[in-house]
Amino acid sequence: MTTDADVKTLVIDEQEVSARAGQTILEVARENDIDIPTLCHLEGLSDVGACRLCLVEIKGSNKLLPACVATVQEGMEVSTNTDRLRKHRHAILELLFAERNHICSVCVSNGHCELQALAQEQGLTHVRLPYRNPELTVDASHERYTVDHNRCILCTRCVRVCAEIEGAHVWDVMGRGINSIVITDLNEPWGSSSCTRCGKCVQCCPTGALFDKSKVGDDHPKYPDFLPYLNLMREAQ
Amino acid sequence: MNIEELEQIAKAVRLENAKYDHEVNVCMDLACLSQHADRLKDALTTAIAASGKNVLIRKTGCMGPCSSGPLVRVDPEETLYRHVDASHAEAIVASLGGEPVPGLQCDLNEHFELQTRVVLENAGYIDPEKIDDYIARDGYQALLMVLTDMTPNGVIHRVAESGLRGRGGGGYPTGLKWGTVAKASGNLKYVVCNGDEGDPGAFMDRSVMEGDPHRVIEGMAIAAYAVGASKGFIYVRAEYPTAVARLTAALRDARRHGLLGNNICNTPFNFDVEIRLGAGAFVCGEETALIASIEGRRGTPKPRPPYPAVSGLWGKPTLINNVETYANIAPILRKESKWFSSMGSERSKGTKVFALTGKITHTGLVEVPMGIKLREIIEVIGGGVPGGHTFKAVQTGGPSGGCIPAEMLDLGVSYDALVKVGSIMGSGGMIVMDDTSCMVNVARFFVEFCMTESCGKCIPCRAGTAQMFTLLTRICNGTGTMDDLDLLVELCGTIKETSLCGLGQTAPNPVLSTLKYFKNEYIEHIVHKRCPAGVCNMEATVPAVPMEVSA
Repeated sequence: MTTDADVKTLVIDEQEVSARAGQTILEVARENDIDIPTLCHLEGLSDVGACRLCLVEIKGSNKLLPACVATVQEGMEVSTNTDRLRKHRHAILELLFAERNHICSVCVSNGHCELQALAQEQGLTHVRLPYRNPELTVDASHERYTVDHNRCILCTRCVRVCAEIEGAHVWDVMGRGINSIVITDLNEPWGSSSCTRCGKCVQCCPTGALFDKSKVGDDHPKYPDFLPYLNLMREAQ
Repeated sequence: MNIEELEQIAKAVRLENAKYDHEVNVCMDLACLSQHADRLKDALTTAIAASGKNVLIRKTGCMGPCSSGPLVRVDPEETLYRHVDASHAEAIVASLGGEPVPGLQCDLNEHFELQTRVVLENAGYIDPEKIDDYIARDGYQALLMVLTDMTPNGVIHRVAESGLRGRGGGGYPTGLKWGTVAKASGNLKYVVCNGDEGDPGAFMDRSVMEGDPHRVIEGMAIAAYAVGASKGFIYVRAEYPTAVARLTAALRDARRHGLLGNNICNTPFNFDVEIRLGAGAFVCGEETALIASIEGRRGTPKPRPPYPAVSGLWGKPTLINNVETYANIAPILRKESKWFSSMGSERSKGTKVFALTGKITHTGLVEVPMGIKLREIIEVIGGGVPGGHTFKAVQTGGPSGGCIPAEMLDLGVSYDALVKVGSIMGSGGMIVMDDTSCMVNVARFFVEFCMTESCGKCIPCRAGTAQMFTLLTRICNGTGTMDDLDLLVELCGTIKETSLCGLGQTAPNPVLSTLKYFKNEYIEHIVHKRCPAGVCNMEATVPAVPMEVSA
């Protein structure tokens, strides 16, 4: 007999769903084909709740909760697509586009970019905020890959995949606030860092910040789907 | 160490002190020390030796009215001298036993009358580097009493009954927090003291740690007993070297006296404290970032829940309280909880220490009962705005707080009342502004602070504060438009509601509160290209925010 504590029932967007205790709202929503936009979340990696796009409203609470880390509670009523949330998602995407130099037309990931796709999905037509146009560098010292900081959105997927899956922890974040930047080792050029050249970070990067030198032009799809499979195989061992 | 031994030490110190006819206390806190209180003390020591009088000279922590420093108090007469320098030493020593030195006396009766000293009861009366001085003023009595006479639940009940709320700014009921940690499962728990005070213009916690370090340690030990922890950490910012040195010395002395370590007071209770230094990040005052920093990781916050009370340091239940909160614990347990709850307003009990700074006559440290009117703090205790200027606003709660205008000065200070007017209690910084302050510029200053102190983890805070700063800079230099203002307001809403931690969620407060009460100043800047206070240079062009990165 299972105790009633193990199974939770809740309502997401007026749809009654059931979940195992400890599951996140995002997991349950996706199991039930309810779409919640995400950017820093990637199945197979730990969640940090940093991009704030998956924020959802919970009935009875004024506070917005990140669906990727908030766990389900019995009887909770979740709304994932209200006017208030859409407005905030719009504003967050605008902040991302204005933060660095995102120019889709000359980007290797044009057409395969999660940021671009999200903007289209959310109906973002223009950015009202002043573009910051920071001067950022490109590190092409690695024999196979390039990091273009102009396109980085600091989702830290590369940091997490390198530390958690590859176990190398080459990537990390340096500086703080608006001056934050991803670095390899202690800010060594990527080419002379302790990188294992596995390429997992490139596959996980949602934008064109990390890309493969061998892929020419704009045909640069990424395949982060290996992660859940890899985790499954590791667990099975 | 047991209670009898403690009382013997106290008795010995009192006997020793009674041998002297007079006590000369020299304030050696940072403000006085920066004006050569150390030289003054040397001069006084020499003068006393030369006079042959039977006088005890003592260095103490902060006495309060820092702007009148260096301060010297002569006991038992309780004569307070202000602006004393080494040349006055002989006159002061000569006056002992007779009339006080004319013209040097500090006439601040009004300043002290409205204050109630609980947290600061020892500051200015004991040598912070002598544990015996603290013991002589009933120090560690509460700890030993708790260990021998009370159950952990009894302690939590007493603290809850007192109505004490967290003094770090949030105002979460302390008893409730302790109860949650006590109930959390696991046999390894931690107690953490948050001494990462970083608000501009705030120095309450520093003064407590420097002036009365044992009080914090005693509070932590009692908390550890109540929640079942055996290990504590004091997280202090490295910019407070004196606080670190005094705390280190205090911990060493407490260990030597058997007040920390194993089997304290011959009970099964073990507790020790370690000091961890912060590396100058404001965000590390946020509890999850503080935990990450103690663990040796990058100081970035994590989404809550899970709260530290359930999963904190190394995943163990962790109690985090502010310095001032711990400083309140010993008196609450030594006296009755009714005594504590008799002070203050209905939902905010006890006293609060404020650091009065800005355009005010008596800057310094004050401790007032909750519920006192802002007007009394500023006009009576602070002595009003100097130089014939008029009061404009007071900023409470640092960069997370808001500006309160002159019309609202009759507000009673409490957690809830301040939130209602768009500010917060915060840790206790209180910056007074007069008619020479431009409110748009003030908002811009605080937003700049939040921008440079943002950790960069979540996008609304990282890029949002930078955008707010750009828009405010435009308004300040006369290139802003009404559209910019609308955009700013909208941005404030998003940052407030979507940021990951308290730093981002409260970063728009200075803008929102100045917009609420001083919108006309924003309009003047935008429409008439004029700064009413004459602070902003309207000719400048928009400087881009520098990106200091080289990768």
